[in-house]
Amino acid sequence: MKVFLSILLFLSCFTFATRTMAQYYDDPKNHDCLKCHSQQTYSFHNDMMDTEQKRLMNPYLIIDTIQLRNGVHHNFDCTDCHSYEYTTYPHTATLKLEPLSTCLDCHGGDESYAKYEFEKVQEEFQKSIHYKVYGDNFTCAKCHNQHYYAPAARNSSSVVEIVEYSNKMCLSCHNDMKRFSLVSGETKPTVVAIHDWLPNQELHFQHVRCIECHTVVVDSLMVSHNILSKENALRRCAECHSANSMLKASLYKYQNLQERAEDGSVLGMLSNENYVIGSHQIPALKILSLIIFFAALAGIIIHLTFRIIIKKK
Amino acid sequence: MSSENKIYFYPLWLRIWHGINALGIILLIITGISMNSGFEKSFISFKLIITVHNYAGVIVTLNYLVYLFGNLFTSNKKFYIVKPKNFLKRPMKQAYYYAWGMFHGMQAPYPLSEKRKFNPLQKYTYIAVMYLVVPMVIVSGIGLMFPELIFNKIYNISGVLITAVTHSAMGFFISIFLLIHLYIASIGKSPVDNFRSIINGWHHITKK
Repeated sequence: MKVFLSILLFLSCFTFATRTMAQYYDDPKNHDCLKCHSQQTYSFHNDMMDTEQKRLMNPYLIIDTIQLRNGVHHNFDCTDCHSYEYTTYPHTATLKLEPLSTCLDCHGGDESYAKYEFEKVQEEFQKSIHYKVYGDNFTCAKCHNQHYYAPAARNSSSVVEIVEYSNKMCLSCHNDMKRFSLVSGETKPTVVAIHDWLPNQELHFQHVRCIECHTVVVDSLMVSHNILSKENALRRCAECHSANSMLKASLYKYQNLQERAEDGSVLGMLSNENYVIGSHQIPALKILSLIIFFAALAGIIIHLTFRIIIKKK
Repeated sequence: MSSENKIYFYPLWLRIWHGINALGIILLIITGISMNSGFEKSFISFKLIITVHNYAGVIVTLNYLVYLFGNLFTSNKKFYIVKPKNFLKRPMKQAYYYAWGMFHGMQAPYPLSEKRKFNPLQKYTYIAVMYLVVPMVIVSGIGLMFPELIFNKIYNISGVLITAVTHSAMGFFISIFLLIHLYIASIGKSPVDNFRSIINGWHHITKK
């Protein structure tokens, strides 16, 4: 009996272990929630009519199971966060009113998450235009989908991938009038039209994160969360196109041609205000030029001194 | 002072060319250094500095054509002819004179005459500056004014950067040339004598 119990205990531990290791979402079709919420349509038995019914799933409530499995929260089951009562269908109406956990409910004040600096993120976010306009209703989830969240900026080595991931968050509302109106209550021209002034727009959008110009950078935070109002967004090309000489060079070419396109006359060309720093961009050349200059000057001074001495004799 | 000791060295066209060139290059050096220094605030606006640099650059470039055609079509070109004999020995001798001989009673090894307007060291320097450095600064300057002419990349380095570095490095050599040029010009009958010559055209020579 004792042996039997030991085996049973061992087996139960083993199954528990495999259960926690396993993906809840490995088999969506047999998952209590995903069998409906990962599909375009769902079927259920209508008790009132006593019929089998097939209906369309609300597209906003469809979960992408591949993204879900790749997200950081993949080892939580749906009911770890959502009420267990969701397991019955039709879902009770009052469930919609239940408060959901915020990021800080789990991540706040936890040593193991300290490096992600959730509190600092919260502090910065509360200075942002998002919080000012929409207050607490602007939850983290408005940008960071808890279902799919993956720390792309930390894990990816591809700039294009990080940029795409980051910009998608912004564009999910700022390029989607329905979602945008949820927060702002107004409709706006599209992102492309607003950024009409930006040269090579497509390239910029692929290689530069929106937050690069639209946030106040805080050195201690990996990703700045203080999103500025549009009036305060940076529009200074030189912020990026001066530190790096390659970027500076392309800007020089662009501006020069642009100005000439506006005023092609000889006088317009001569009044072109663009300039590019030459050898002083390269520290070694700068030092070399100073050495040559002072050597020449010293030679002249020494020579002059001898001339004066000889003349006095 | 008899007029025999004077030679009409610098014809009018050359003096005008030299004067325009001198003023233009001084302006270019001052504005060029301002642009490289990174001081955006000075007594004249940064934008004005760039405009002045552009104008002066174009004037000096056009003026360079005067020099080029002047030397092509007048007898002035003969002063630039280099003799292959003692090609290195001759300028070395002149350098020795400047560095040592002139303080020890040595006579100038290549006294100027109707046939010789430049001493060998001077001749070599002028050829290098006027036919190598100045053309390079002009070509790179035209490149920067019309950046579409520049290669996008040369071995992964931006063409604009290479052109800009060439332009300012050559400009720097011209500045050093100017410094030494002005100083050596002061070694004459009197420190201001040579400066007077380039204005009135007459040069004092020492006859043996």
